[in-house]
Amino acid sequence: MENLTYKISNGVLRLDISGDYKNKNLPEVFLAQIKSPEIKRIEIDAKDLNSWDSSLLVMLLDIYHKATALNIKFDGKNFPNGVQKLIELSLAVKPQQEPPLPAKQSFLDCFGDFGLHIFHTFMKGAKFALSNLRTFFWAPVFKPVSRTVDFWFAFQECGPKALPIVLLISFMVGLILAFVGAIQLQIFGAQVYVASLVTIGMTRIIGAIMVGIIMAGRTGASFAATIGTMQVNEEIDALKTMGVKTEEFLIFPRLKALVISMPILTMFADFAGILGGAAVGILALDIPSSEYFRYAYKAWHLRHFLVGIFHALVFGFIIALSGCYFGVNCGRDADSVGTSTTKSVVYGIVWMIIATGLITFCLQRMHI
Amino acid sequence: MENVIQAKNLTIGYGPKVLLRNADFAVKEGDIFIIMGGSGCGKSSLLKVLTGLIPPLQGSFDLLGVDFNRASSEQKSLLRQKTGILYQSGALFSSMTLAENIAMPLEQYSAYSPSTIDELVRLKLSLVGLSGYENYYPSEISGGMKKRAGLARALALDPKVVYFDEPSAGLDPVSSARLDDLMLEINANLGTTLVVVTHELQSIFNIGNNSIYLDAATKTITGSGSPKDLLKNPPNERIAQFLTRGKEK
Ligand SMILES: Nc1ncnc2c1ncn2[C@@H]1O[C@H](COP(=O)(O)OP(=O)(O)O)[C@@H](O)[C@H]1O
Ligand SMILES: [Mg+2]
Repeated sequence: MENLTYKISNGVLRLDISGDYKNKNLPEVFLAQIKSPEIKRIEIDAKDLNSWDSSLLVMLLDIYHKATALNIKFDGKNFPNGVQKLIELSLAVKPQQEPPLPAKQSFLDCFGDFGLHIFHTFMKGAKFALSNLRTFFWAPVFKPVSRTVDFWFAFQECGPKALPIVLLISFMVGLILAFVGAIQLQIFGAQVYVASLVTIGMTRIIGAIMVGIIMAGRTGASFAATIGTMQVNEEIDALKTMGVKTEEFLIFPRLKALVISMPILTMFADFAGILGGAAVGILALDIPSSEYFRYAYKAWHLRHFLVGIFHALVFGFIIALSGCYFGVNCGRDADSVGTSTTKSVVYGIVWMIIATGLITFCLQRMHI
Repeated sequence: MENVIQAKNLTIGYGPKVLLRNADFAVKEGDIFIIMGGSGCGKSSLLKVLTGLIPPLQGSFDLLGVDFNRASSEQKSLLRQKTGILYQSGALFSSMTLAENIAMPLEQYSAYSPSTIDELVRLKLSLVGLSGYENYYPSEISGGMKKRAGLARALALDPKVVYFDEPSAGLDPVSSARLDDLMLEINANLGTTLVVVTHELQSIFNIGNNSIYLDAATKTITGSGSPKDLLKNPPNERIAQFLTRGKEK
């Protein structure tokens, strides 16, 4: 406070500002005095002011606002030109009025809004999925406007480049499946059925699910991030105004790439999983390798295999659509790209599980 | 008066590619210093060197009396607090409101109390004509407003020098003139030195009191001085063309 001296006499508050007024916090104690009812007038003198910065302006503005609110006369003397000008400048533009916040809603309203929101979101997603599926399945007839390079680039990303991680994870899953199964089967001395367990499990469902989860995290997320960033950079607006449909230009190549690569990756995953099971069976459970593969071959049914591939196809659609949907519906800032990416993975996996449930139920009914 | 920036034999470029050779120039305190030159001659790169984003290939420059490239990291941090930069598109952080954007340097570098920071944020926004927009996100305001908000952030710490990279790019003539006025006010009233890269002839003559012209062909500074003097006595043909938009007398 060494820069501020003030005294109150006859209803006049006299404030002297002196020296270097820089980097000062608001003098709260002094500012609180202004509210006292005896003050009718404020006089500020800055004749001994040496140098100053924004903190002086902030203090003066605060006094000004308090004084005008209380109808107190406010008078400044000997201020440097700049101070005067900047205060005028900052008061020149009337503050923009913020629109009033919507009134608080009752619980029932909120509940209803929530329900409606879910319904609308679902319908929006369904519409998106249908329009893209239409583009996809009519592609042989109505050639979509898209670039072949985009397809090859996406295919590289979700095919060959994803293969190592798919092989590794599936091998490990086969291994784990065999170990867990062996503990139970050993009770009956039937370890050799580990081969059947792993083969049926991997080909019918686990291979496809593992590939689905890996691809949702790897490729679905990257679709969402890429398209989301394009949204932030107004590239999608540019496409739309050129009359190019995003469904065709951005989504179709990605959808095609993933739908083609998912079944292929799943075949590799099935194979790697069976090898993982074999590693446990042959090395840890001492099943002769010829025996293991004989049982594995016996358990291998085209039916199971095709069910697995069908799952993979469906998962391919789900992951690609989820990634692209959240990319296209991304907000316009850096944060929303992050949120979109997360959502694409979460919803991709959730819908994959829902689809698995539905498919399993239907196949059960059809005795497949 | 002390020189705010003193470039000594500065050579800038990227790897083997040299953009500007052996440049010597001085920016005096209180100047509005214009960096002119055709597109691609290295104006933005020169700003990057002066703000310490890339090192010069050769030579050095003093910023506020300190040799920037020899300065310790603490000194550099101090110097950076005394400089503000307005990027072409404002470069506001998109996940923060305008108030949070402007409060950030204050929270990082100053010892102000939270209530003082709030008031400072309000002051800076009102100085650039954006009072009441505290809680808006950058995506919710127009390009000109983003620039002004970016300027408010650049001014947050009461810097000694503010750099501008093409401030009028993408602004309509009225907004661009208003930004010029704002820059003049800030320069006159806060005593802030402004270093401005611009092509806009009107701005150059309106606000500039000192300038250099970077020549892409010779990769040197071929002219310096007040823009009005350069127009009266152009040292070479290219500067004359630049300052008259290619129209001869
Ligand atoms: N990071 C970089 N690496 C290599 N060259 C660059 C880089 N940034 C800019 N350049 C080149 O430097 C030259 C000058 O660029 P810049 O400084 O942006 O010009 P301007 O004067 O238009 O602002 C251009 O030819 C550009 O291609
Ligand atoms: Mg540039």
